[in-house]
This record gives sequence, C-alpha cells and structure tokens, in this order.
Amino acid sequence: MSDSHGAYFIPEPSRWPIVGTLALFTSFIGGGMMLNGSGFGTFILGLGVAAVIYMFCGWFSDVIGESLAGNYNKQVDVSFRWGMSWFIFSEVMFFAAFFGALFYIRVLSVPWLGGEGAGFATNQFLWPDFEAVWPLLTTPDMTVAGIDSKFLAIKEVIPAFDVPLWNTIILLTSGATLTFAHWGLQKGNRKALCWWLAVTVLLGFLFVFFQAEEYAHAYHELDLTMSSGVYGSTFFMLTGFHGFHVTMGATMLLVILIRSMKGHFSEHDHFAFEGVAWYWHFVDVVWLGLFIFVYWI
Amino acid sequence: MSYAAVHDDEHHDHKPTGIGRWLFSTNHKDIGTMYLVFALIMFFIGGAMAMVIRAELFQPGLQYVDPQFFNSMTTVHALVMIFGAVMPAGVGLANWMIPMMVGAPDMAMPRMNNMSFWILPFAFTLLLSTFFMQGGAPAGGWTMYPPLVLQLGDGLPFLIFAVHFLGLSSIMGAINIIATVFNMRAPGMTFMRLPLFVWTWIITAFLLIAAMPVLAGGVTMLLTDKFFGTAFFDAAGGGDPVMFQHVFWFFGHPEVYILVLPSFGIISQIIPTFARKPLFGYASMVYATASIAFLSFFVWAHHMFTVGMPLAGELFFMYATMAIAVPTGVKVFNWTATMWKGSMTFETPMLFAIGVLFMFTLGGFTGLMMGITPVDFQYHDTYFIVAHFHYVLVPGIVFGIISGVYYWLPKWTGHMYDETLGKWHFWTSTISVNILFFPMHFLGLAGMPRRIPDYNTQFTDWNQIISIGGFAFGLSQLLLVWVVIKCVRGGEKATDQVWEGAHGLEFTLSSPPPFHSFTTPPEVTDATAHS
Repeated sequence: MSDSHGAYFIPEPSRWPIVGTLALFTSFIGGGMMLNGSGFGTFILGLGVAAVIYMFCGWFSDVIGESLAGNYNKQVDVSFRWGMSWFIFSEVMFFAAFFGALFYIRVLSVPWLGGEGAGFATNQFLWPDFEAVWPLLTTPDMTVAGIDSKFLAIKEVIPAFDVPLWNTIILLTSGATLTFAHWGLQKGNRKALCWWLAVTVLLGFLFVFFQAEEYAHAYHELDLTMSSGVYGSTFFMLTGFHGFHVTMGATMLLVILIRSMKGHFSEHDHFAFEGVAWYWHFVDVVWLGLFIFVYWI
Repeated sequence: MSYAAVHDDEHHDHKPTGIGRWLFSTNHKDIGTMYLVFALIMFFIGGAMAMVIRAELFQPGLQYVDPQFFNSMTTVHALVMIFGAVMPAGVGLANWMIPMMVGAPDMAMPRMNNMSFWILPFAFTLLLSTFFMQGGAPAGGWTMYPPLVLQLGDGLPFLIFAVHFLGLSSIMGAINIIATVFNMRAPGMTFMRLPLFVWTWIITAFLLIAAMPVLAGGVTMLLTDKFFGTAFFDAAGGGDPVMFQHVFWFFGHPEVYILVLPSFGIISQIIPTFARKPLFGYASMVYATASIAFLSFFVWAHHMFTVGMPLAGELFFMYATMAIAVPTGVKVFNWTATMWKGSMTFETPMLFAIGVLFMFTLGGFTGLMMGITPVDFQYHDTYFIVAHFHYVLVPGIVFGIISGVYYWLPKWTGHMYDETLGKWHFWTSTISVNILFFPMHFLGLAGMPRRIPDYNTQFTDWNQIISIGGFAFGLSQLLLVWVVIKCVRGGEKATDQVWEGAHGLEFTLSSPPPFHSFTTPPEVTDATAHS
C-alpha cells in the first residue's frame, strides 16, 4: 500500500480525452468508408489519424509538464506502473488471439482438412487431393481441377535462418543496449544514456526496415501475400501487428531519447523511461515467439 | 500545467460548470453519473428493439417487419444490451462507489476514466448508424459468426470498429479500476477488508483485460478475411470457420462473468445491510468469485457443443462447466445464510437483491442443464437457451444493478427515493419478467428455434403470453425512470448512513458526498470495514 497520502494528485478537467475520442471516431468512420470503397474515406481516415497524433502530443506534453513541475508523488508513480503493466498484459492477450489462431490452424484445422480424425469426410468429399503440410503452400481449393482458387499459391516461404535471424539478433541486441542506457541513467551518466538510447532507436528502425524489405520480397518474388491462404494470413497478421508494435515502440523510444537529451529524468525518478523499456522488452519477447513458431518450426 | 493537489485544508467543493463539466470531466462521480445515464438510455433503446421482436412474435406469420430486419433486431438488441446497457451500468456503479468504498479522492487515472466513458456514445453511433447503410444493420447474431457475418453489406467495418472501440473503452476502464483498488486504498483498508463489491470489480477488471483483447483479435481477423483476402475462417484456404467460435467464446464466456460478477458484488453489499448481519463467509465469497473467474477461461466451448468437436473436447468442457457450479453454489448458500435469523426488512433494494438470489439461481440451474453435452444437443439454439440467458441477465444482472441504484440513490442525491413507487417497480417487474421469460423454457423444450421471425402455430399461445409479459416489463421500467427523476429533484433528506444496517466507508461521507470523495484518507479498522 502506498504511504504517500499527504496530498492526492487529481488532474484538472482536460480536453484531451474527448479530443482523442473524436479523433478515433473520425478514423473509424474514414476507415469504414475506405473499406467500403469510398476514396473520400481515405481522406477522413488521414484526418482522424492526424488528430490521434495531435491528441497524443497534447496529452503527453501535459503529462510531461506535470511531471517536470514535480506534481507527481510516489502514489501517482505507482498508479502509472500498475497501468502500464496491465496495458502490456492486454497487448499480450491481443497477440495470444493470433498465436492461438496459428496453433489451432497448424495443429487442428489443416490436419482435419487433410482427412485426419473427424475431418475424414470433409477431405473425401470436398478436397480429396489436398495434403496437410506446413508451410501450407497449396490451399485446399487449389487442388480441385477446373476451379479458380481465391488464393495465391506460395512459391517459397521465408527461411528462418536468414533475415529473420538477423532481425532476432537486432532486437535482442537492442534489448541489451536499452539496459545499458538504463544503467547510464541510474548512474547519472547522461552521455551513456543518450548514446545507448540512440543505438536502441536505430536498431529498432533497422528492424522495421528489414521487415519492410522482407515484405517486399515476399510480395514480389515469393507470392507470399495476405491472400495466399492461411499461411499468408497468419504470417502477415502476426508479423504485421508485431512490426506495427515495433514501430510504435521505437517512436516511443525516440521521444524518450529527445527527453533525455533535454535533461529530463532523474536517477531515481524516470518512470517514462521504464515504461517504454517494459514495452520494448515485450515486443522483443513477442518476436521470439514469432521467430520460433512462424519462421522456424 | 494546472492540477489540483487536494489537501484537507485547502479543499473546496468547487465544481466546474457548463457543458465542460461533463465533456472534460476528471471526476469519478460525474463520470459515473454519465455512465449510468448512458446505460439507462441504451437500456431503453435495446428494450425498444426487444419490443419489436415481441410484437412480431405475437402471432405466427410475418406481420410488422421483414425477416432481415427482425434478425437485425435480435442482433443489435444483444449488442446494445450487453455493451451499451449492462457493462456501462456496472462501470458506472464502480466509478461512483469504488473510490468512496476504498477511501480515495477519485479514480487513479481520472483523464483516462473520462475517455473510457466518452468512447461509448461514439462507438454506439458507429454501430447504430449501420441501420442506415446499404445492407442494413448486422443481422447474423451478436456472436458475429463467419461466414454469415461476412455477408453483411457496408455495415461490416462499422460493426467491427465499434467492437474495437468498445474494447478500448473497457480495457482502459479495467486498468483504471485495478490501479485504483491496488494503489488508492486508505490506510488500514487491507484486501480482506474490501467491500465485496470492490472485490468482484477487481476480478471483473482482470477478466476484461484478459478477454477483450482476444475479441479485438477475433474481429480483426473477420475484417481481414472480408477486405484483405486472408483465410482464417475459410476452409478453402486452410482456415476454419469454427475457429472464430473458439476465439469468440474465449472472450464470450469470461464476458458473461464480466456482466454478472458486479451484480454479485452489489447484492453482497445489500443483503447484509437489510438482514442486519455481517456477510456470511466473507473470505469464501472472495475465493468463490476468484474461482469462478479463473474457471471461466476453461469452459468456452460449452457454447459450441453442436458444432462438431472431438469427444475429448465435449467431455472436458462439460466437466469444467459443471465445476463452476461449485463456487457459484458457495455464493448462493452464503447469501442465504446471511439472511438466516437476520432482522430483515424489505426495502426496495433488498427486494431486488432477493429477486436476484432466487431468479439468478433459476437461470443458473438451466445453465447446468445445458452444460451437459448430450442434453445441450436437444436445447441448443432453441428458446430454452433464450430463457436461460435472459433469466441470468435480466432478473440476475439487471435486477442486481437496479437494486444497487435503489441502495445508493439516496447517497448520490441526498434524498430518499419514493419507497411506494420502488415497491411497485419491484413487483411489476418481477411478475412481468417471469411471464416474459418462464414460458420460453416450455417453447424451447418443445423445439421452437431462436432468431426466427415466424413459428409453427402450436407455439402461438405461449408466444402471446410472453409478448404480453414483455410489454408489461418494458412499461414497468418507466417507473424506474420516474423514481430516479423524482429522487434527483427532491424528497426526504437522506442521512449519511442512509440505511440503518449499512456499513462501509461510503456511508461515513455526507449524502450527497463531497465532489472529491476523501480528501484526507480515513483510517480503516475492523470496526469500520466491510459489513
């Protein structure tokens, strides 16, 4: 239980939550219209996303200002810690849905389509020539002569011990450099903090760059796309959301770097740094899961 | 930036004024009020849809609406009631009561709290706007099973984004509740002194954080299947439509406990007050709630017994489902034992709470029946299941919320509500709700399928009785609105303690309480802790 009950911190009324709500609302309307084929929707989506970014900048500059003004006591710090930890847990559950889908497909649905267990009749009557293998290069509907498949046959999948391995090394290294930055901060060595943070940010964006290259390669040369049947679906859903999270994490680290260069954070009081670091380690761990279950085995 | 460090001496009861008070609010009571008012409005919107359903089903044949619209009514009625009425009502009560019950000035993260609320009206604007789109509102059932849901017209992305938006609101709300309870408790307010309502809400918050992201993932896969060519739920591409059901119900089953646990918490506050006895088996109540929540993650496939699962799956999910009856039974017996030899009085909150105890238990029993796999093969997708979940949801959960509203209304407004009207509300609701839902058991056992606008003539009599019960129940709820408005506008002055047998920190504050609940943390001892 917190012991700092001298004064509670309660923020004054704020316009950022409603701005954020309206921004997201606009984005969803735009996104929905865009998916329904309206070009105008793309414009509205762009407007909404810009407003979301504006909201984040405004909200966080309020929070940073309050923090620098010394308004945050130990109790607020602990609230932030609870908040960030459980936010990360919710993200874990979000990825769990897609990992769950991957395991279900690999362990149950593809073998059933291949005739295993209760799937015997489905296989016999619908796709007798379908063979259950993983990676699934040929979807069931491709095995029926005379039917145009909705999906694209994959020529080849991306081998684990190539760019993905490099990306693993990059992310693991970035976890280490982030810890060096933290040690620098704790020892009051701001130079070490900034340099190691800069290296971490660079490694983060390098990962995203390699991932983008890999996507281009997959789309243009391997015919591995989102519409390449269930292999492509799980591949792009998992790596795509992960890549998005890395981009977010690297951007957050960049903000922390700029704040560090401006002289924010003290040796003992730097939750913003730690929160972002937790987030970064979380994307790191998700990547290990991806490397093992999506690329490797 | 501006902030308010609230010290005991410099505290003034200053309230922001105008529309800004509500739009930019960082006050748990104002936000709680908005949640409750929003929930009440959605309760009537969802209720109006139910009235359309019951009007159409008054006779066999097609009368008032076409079948597609009828299916939209059943689908959107469910989404509105679950995500728009029951969940926001629960969060609204949590917002109002948790800071007062744990001895805090406000929620841990007041700005995020504001966003959790304001998302709701906009998310429902997205959802309800689908009625005016090409292809109409979602009509494939609130469970959004593919491939049927993917046949929806322009409304599909808006349905999915509404679900994402609502999920965001719930996750932020849940994080806030966890941070508040773990970090804002007054000195001496140990975990085993927390009021049961607070306990049930922390456990609910954990359920929300674990379950809502999974739903978000599931509907995201629907979106990519429809618009980006993925094959998650398409067997021709190697996927499986049944997989959606697994993902959905992994969320969906914890969701039913997200709905019911706050109601359990509310009646655990009310029954001791009006029995004038401490809650029987406080610790076992806490452990039972936690066990229910834990088990709720391992029973999801009992919603899917008839889709063709391997036998091992059917057996596992059947036994796991039966296991939930044990902690639930512990709770029911504890409530009963609390009343045993108590000096009971039957004010409106107590009447509703006892209603919950009886009728939730009835709904629980039919749940057990359907938890038995072979039996479910007969009942699945009939009116029996409709009877079951409505018994749990309406007299089990909505009654719980209403009992909480009556119980705390004098605390919120400073006035006693009209007891006579309250009792009228209880009796008309209780009689009509049973006329409404009880005959559905018979229809279901006789084989009437759910989600169908027309039926065989042999089912006419019961359907007419059900519809009359439905209209009566809908009308009865206008009494609630009347009581609340009357109470807000004035009435007999409520004391701080409000009820003779009430205990807990919220009853040490004035009625109505100050704008910032506890500006100096109260000391909590065994004597002032939970009843």
